[in-house]
Amino acid sequence: MKTAFSALSRFVDRRQAFVYPAPAVIALFLIVIIPIGYNLYLSSAKWTIGLGQPRFIGIGNFIDLLSDERVLNGVKVMVYFSGLSLSLEVALGLLIALYLNREFKGSEIVQAIYIFPFAATPVAVALIWRVMLNPEIGVMNYLLKSVGLPGSLWVSSPQTVIPALVLVDVWKWTPMITLIVLAGLKSLPHEPYEAAQIDGANALQIFWYITLPLIRPVLIAALMLRSLDNLKEFDMIYTITQGGPGIASETLYLYSYTVGFSFFKAGYGSALMVVVFLMVLVFNVVMNRMRLSAKNT
Amino acid sequence: MKTGTRITKSFKSILFYAGAIALCVPPVFVFVWMILTGLKTGVQNIAYPPEFIFMPTLENFRAVFQQYNFFRYLINSLIVACLATGISLALGLPAAYSIAKYRQGKIGIIILVARMTPFVSYLLPWYIIFRHLKLIDTYTALTITHLIITLPMVIWLMVSFFEGIPAELEDAAMIDGCSRLQSFIIIVLPLVRNGIATSAIMSFIFSWNQFLFSLILSGPKTKTVPVAVYNFISYGKIDWAGIGAAATLIVLPVSVFAFFVRRTIVQGLTMGALKK
Repeated sequence: MKTAFSALSRFVDRRQAFVYPAPAVIALFLIVIIPIGYNLYLSSAKWTIGLGQPRFIGIGNFIDLLSDERVLNGVKVMVYFSGLSLSLEVALGLLIALYLNREFKGSEIVQAIYIFPFAATPVAVALIWRVMLNPEIGVMNYLLKSVGLPGSLWVSSPQTVIPALVLVDVWKWTPMITLIVLAGLKSLPHEPYEAAQIDGANALQIFWYITLPLIRPVLIAALMLRSLDNLKEFDMIYTITQGGPGIASETLYLYSYTVGFSFFKAGYGSALMVVVFLMVLVFNVVMNRMRLSAKNT
Repeated sequence: MKTGTRITKSFKSILFYAGAIALCVPPVFVFVWMILTGLKTGVQNIAYPPEFIFMPTLENFRAVFQQYNFFRYLINSLIVACLATGISLALGLPAAYSIAKYRQGKIGIIILVARMTPFVSYLLPWYIIFRHLKLIDTYTALTITHLIITLPMVIWLMVSFFEGIPAELEDAAMIDGCSRLQSFIIIVLPLVRNGIATSAIMSFIFSWNQFLFSLILSGPKTKTVPVAVYNFISYGKIDWAGIGAAATLIVLPVSVFAFFVRRTIVQGLTMGALKK
């Protein structure tokens, strides 16, 4: 027993670079890579789950989706929702972080409060937002009306549903971006600021010429981190609107879910998922280029 | 003159605090509203104008446990989250250490692919596989799919924590007669305990909050809390009071966990975000 253990220990020692990552790599291969491969295979097949066997049709699914109106709608909704929510979250996150970036009593409390929306279960808070956004009895319209503003139909109208969902997303994620940017601001070097003060630069100039270029890699990194989840936002939209009213808030991702799990069209659904993956990939490659160039200048 | 500047100074700081408090209102308000919704009766919840002051009742919390069998779902979520977190740490810690030490960037690519791929892309193949194996509505199916999220997350967070450890420390331990395995367990792991706590809690939170995989792969026996609370709206009539109570119960544990590691969560996310 003891010799077996020491033999094992010696083996582990000699092959550390191989033995340590091996279990995780094998696990990732089984749970991640194989399903992705299967998904790619299905995207080239015509198959309804429960009916017969998959039939290879090449790029037929991808040709079909070009003429599918719900695909075009899904891309539009995705670009609208993600474009608006990501830019608001980063802009507000930066502004709030700049505001809070000083020593003050209670900064600990603010930072503690800001962790809660990030951790809170998306489905649970989305349901509470659904209550709050109810046009007739919801507290949001009550608050708007009590300060003399007109109420909104929020998620009940195709015109306002996306901005309303963006509001919920911004509520949930801006605090986390704020905390990341705040940590970034605290780690900036002091020298450029001292030099700028000697040169008599004003606050706006300091922000534009010193803070913004220095903090840009952090902003883009936060944006990339956030976009990984935002572009595949499911829980919140599904819980609040299920893509409605009609298909006004149906992102391409939600549509691919519906095709796969309501229509059980595994082949066509897989093709849609491949398109979503490519959209996320392209976005991240572009952002990474920007981040690297921001770092090098 | 001097009192003048002092007055402007304190005025400025009052203004600053007013702003800081205002910035805390949106996050706090939604949580307060969630708790209030759970403490109101069904009638009070559909009253307009909404009631801010009322006689609180714990009736909804009782109903959530007795009518909706919520305790069972809490246990299900707890089991799956603990399994996913435990396995992720067991596999992820050595892997992250090795990636940090031997600069195995190629493994990082798998992790990035895992994080970028839409969850539905995994769900469809896994649904088909689990249906074949008759594993729908089992802890096995839920844990495996949750690992897709938690394992890459643990590795991704831990690499940056391991990179902060000087190699000399380990060399010193090995001169003292430790094997590499011993020095990893005795020397290295205790040094990154903050990182381990953070990734364990992050992993627990993301498994606990996971909705999509559980929506399709769980069933009457293994239903987790996010799916259970979602079902409150599909029973025909919407039970707002029940939703308020259930949401409060679901959000409470993850909020408490996140509170304890709030600093290292931000640190971990920032370091990770800045690298890749």
